Amino acid sequence: MRDSIRMAAAAAVSAAAMAGALGASPAAAQQVLNMGVGSPVTSLDPHYHQLSPNNAVSDMIFDKLVGTDAAARNIPGLATEWRAVGPTTWEFKLRPGVKFHNGNDFTAEDVVFTIQRLPNVPNSPSSYAAYARPIVRMEIVDPLTIRFHTAAPYPLMPMDMTNVRILDATTHANAATEDFNAGRVAIGTGPWRVLSHRSGDRIEFERNPNFWGEAPAFQRVNYRMVTNDATRTASLLSGDLDFIDQVPTSDLARLRRDQNMRLSETVGLRLIFLGLDHLRAENENSPFITDHEGKPLGRNPLRDVRVRRALSMAIDRKAIAERVMEGAATPSGQFLPPGTFSHVPDVQAPAYNPDMARRLLAEAGYPNGFRITLAGPNDRYINDSRIIQAVGQMWTRIGVRTAVEAQTWSTFVGRAGRQEFSSFLIGWGSNPDGSHPLRNILATVSRERGWGASNRGRFSNAEVDSLLTQALVELDEPKREQLLIRAQRIAAEQVAVIPLHIQTNIWAMRRGLTHTPRVDELTRAQDVRPAAQ
Amino acid sequence: MSVYLLRRLIQALGVVLAMSVIVFIGVFAIGDPVEILISPDADQMERERAIAALGLDLPLWQQYAIFLGKAVQGDLGRSFVFNEPALQLILQRMPATLELAFAATFGAILIGLPLGLYAGLKPNSVGSKAIMAGSILGFSLPTFWVGLMLIMVFAVQLGWLPSTGRGETVEILGTRWSFLTADGLSHLLMPALNLALFKISLVIRLTRAGVRETMLMDYVKFARAKGLSPFRVTFVHVFKNILIPVVTVTGLEFGSTIAFSVVTESIFAWPGMGKLIIDSINVLDRPVIVAYLMIVVMMFITINLVVDLMYSVLDPRVRLESK
Repeated sequence: MRDSIRMAAAAAVSAAAMAGALGASPAAAQQVLNMGVGSPVTSLDPHYHQLSPNNAVSDMIFDKLVGTDAAARNIPGLATEWRAVGPTTWEFKLRPGVKFHNGNDFTAEDVVFTIQRLPNVPNSPSSYAAYARPIVRMEIVDPLTIRFHTAAPYPLMPMDMTNVRILDATTHANAATEDFNAGRVAIGTGPWRVLSHRSGDRIEFERNPNFWGEAPAFQRVNYRMVTNDATRTASLLSGDLDFIDQVPTSDLARLRRDQNMRLSETVGLRLIFLGLDHLRAENENSPFITDHEGKPLGRNPLRDVRVRRALSMAIDRKAIAERVMEGAATPSGQFLPPGTFSHVPDVQAPAYNPDMARRLLAEAGYPNGFRITLAGPNDRYINDSRIIQAVGQMWTRIGVRTAVEAQTWSTFVGRAGRQEFSSFLIGWGSNPDGSHPLRNILATVSRERGWGASNRGRFSNAEVDSLLTQALVELDEPKREQLLIRAQRIAAEQVAVIPLHIQTNIWAMRRGLTHTPRVDELTRAQDVRPAAQ
Repeated sequence: MSVYLLRRLIQALGVVLAMSVIVFIGVFAIGDPVEILISPDADQMERERAIAALGLDLPLWQQYAIFLGKAVQGDLGRSFVFNEPALQLILQRMPATLELAFAATFGAILIGLPLGLYAGLKPNSVGSKAIMAGSILGFSLPTFWVGLMLIMVFAVQLGWLPSTGRGETVEILGTRWSFLTADGLSHLLMPALNLALFKISLVIRLTRAGVRETMLMDYVKFARAKGLSPFRVTFVHVFKNILIPVVTVTGLEFGSTIAFSVVTESIFAWPGMGKLIIDSINVLDRPVIVAYLMIVVMMFITINLVVDLMYSVLDPRVRLESK
C-alpha cells in the first residue's frame, strides 16, 4: 500500500518534471483566452480590406515574409533573410520546413501566387494592390529563394512585405473572400487556426501545434468584438473577458487602482494633428476665416508661416495630454516617436508660449487676431471633439476667436478631402519610416506619383518634394534616413501641419496575464501570455 | 378580403420604392463610402480603382437604375464592407434580433398584463400605487443607462449573469437559437429585460386604463348583477375588451423593437441586425442600409396587417373591408 503511494508520487513528480522540460505548464496550455476588441473585423480574407482590426486577425492566422516586432522593427518572418542583390532586385530566402494548417508545404510558389492575387480581389474597398505594384517580375531561384525585380531602386520592399500575408497556391487557387469569411479557407501558416467565425460577433481560434515560431500560450482563443466602450470595460471587470483593447481614457484611473487588473501601454505611431488651409493663395479668402465682424479678410492668413507658428505655440500640448487625454498621449512636434527610424531628434514638441504667439500674430499684421472655425470628427480618434474644444479655447486666448465644429467621421472626412475647411483635426497612423507620412501628407499632391493622397490641407514645398524623391530610390539606409530627417525638419519648420500628440496604445487584462504592447495598435492573441508566477 | 390584401401589398411596394430612393440620395449626400473604407495610405490610383470597383463612379441615377434592375431579381447588392450579399448578411443576423424582440415582448406581456390588471381592479391599494410609480421609471429611464446599470449590478458586482454576448446556441433549421440552452438563456435575460422595460410600463398603463374604463360599462355591471363570479367577469368580459389597444400597441412596438434595438444590442454586444445597421451607417455601407430599411418597411406593413386581422378575431364588429 505504502509502496503504491510512493510510486504514484514518483510518477506525479516525473510527470511534472517532463512538463517543465517541455517548457509550458500543462495548466496554462489548456486555458481559453477571452479577448474583447473594440473595432469589428470585417473579413478573414487577408487581402480584401486594409484595416487595422483585419490586419491583427490576419497576423494570427497567416504569416508575412517580413514580420515586425512590438516596436515595429522588421524581423524575419516566412523569410529568414533578405537583401538587395542589385539596384533593382531584392532577394528573399524563405524559411524551410514551414507548413500550412492543412499540411501543405510553404514554398516560393506560394509567394508568387500571393503577390499575383493582391490586385485581383474583387470588390475590395481598400486593397493591398499597392504592395504588388513596384514588382515588375518575380523569379523563383529555388523553392526557398525568390527574387523581386523592380523598375527603379525600391528601398521600401521589406517594409511592403510586412503588409502582405502569404497564402497557399493550391488551397487558395480559386478562393473568394466569402470562402475566407466562412472559415473554409482561412488557412495560413500562423500561430492560430480558425475554428469558427461569426461575422461582427466573434472568431474562435485553436492553437497551431506545428507553428514554426514561439508556441502560443493558450489552447483556444475567443476573439470577441465588443464595440461599446463601457461594456467592454464592464465585461473585463465581471470576468467574462480576460483581455481588452482600446481602453477608454475615462476608465484608466479606475483600472489602475484595481488590484485585479493590469494595464499594458506603449507610445504608438498615431499622431493627432491639425491640418491647415494651404490651398487658398495669400490674397484669397479661406472658407472659415473672417475678421472679428464676420467680414471676409481678403487674404488667407494661414499662408503666413508666422501665423502658423503662432497657432502652434498657442496650444498647451501638455495640458491636453494630461487633462483631456488623461495621460494617454505624448506631446509631439513630428509624426514619428523617438526611437523610430527617421525620427528627427532636434524637433521637439513646440513649447506653449501665448505671449510669443501674440507677438508673431502682430508681426504678421493681425494684432487683434481674426475669427476661424476649427473642424474635427467626433467619433474617430480618442476624445477628438474634446481636443478641438480645448484648442479652440487656447486659440481664442491669443485673439484668434475660434468656433468649433465637430461632426461624424463619415461627413467630416469627405468635406476635409474637398478642402472645405480652414483648419481641422485629423490623425495619421504612420509606418515606422518617415517616407510614409511624407509621401501621404506632406508631399505635393500628384496623381501620377501617387503623392499627397491624404494631404488635405494641400501643403506644398519644393525642397521637401526633392528630398523625398531622392529618399524613395536610396538603397543605403543611413543616407536614406538623413534625407527623410531633413525633409521632415523642413516640414516642421514650415509648420506644414500642427502636430498635437502621439496617442498611447492601451490594453487591459486580468491579473495573471502579461502582454507585449505593440506600437502598431494590433491586438493579437500571440502577444498575451500567462504572467510568470 | 383578397382585394384588401392586394391593396396592402401595393401600398407596401410604393413605400419600399420611396424608401430606396430616399436612402440612395441620403447616403450620397452624407459622403463618399470609399473615403471611409479605404486605407489612409492608398494613393489616388488605388482610390479610383476602389470607386470603380464599388460602382460609385457612375452618376447617381445610373447607380439607382442598376440597383433597381437587380432588386427586381431579388439581388439587393453586395455589402461594400463584407463583400457578401446584403440580404444574406441581414438574414443571418435576424434570428438573434428576433429572439431578443420576442423575449422582450412576451416578457412585457407576461409581466405587464397581470400587474396592469391588478392596478386597474384595485386602483387605490398600496400595491397598485407602487406599480404605477414603477412604470413611470420604466418610461423615463434611458435604455443605455439602464443597460449599463444592469451589467454593473448583475454581472460586475453580483456576478450572477454574464455581461455580454449571446452564449451557447443550438442550431435548428440552419439558424442558431440561444433560448434552448441554460447558458444562452442566462445571456438573453438582461438584454431582453432591458428592451422590455419600456414595454412593460406601456402594457401596465394601457391595461390599467382599459380595466378602469370597462369596469364602469353597463355590460360589466349587468354581468355582476347576474351573479357571475368576479373571476368570470374579469377574465371573460373585461379582459377580452381591453385587449384591443394592448394588441395594437404591442404589435407596433414589436416592429420598432426589431428595427431599432440598436442601443440594447450594442451595449450587450448582441450580434443582431441592430448592431449591423449602426456599423453600416457609420461606414456608409449603402447596400446594407437600403436592404435593411426595405426589410423593416415590409415588416411594419406585415405587422400592421396581422394586427388588423387580430382585431377582427377579438372584436367581430370590425370588418376588413376595401373602401
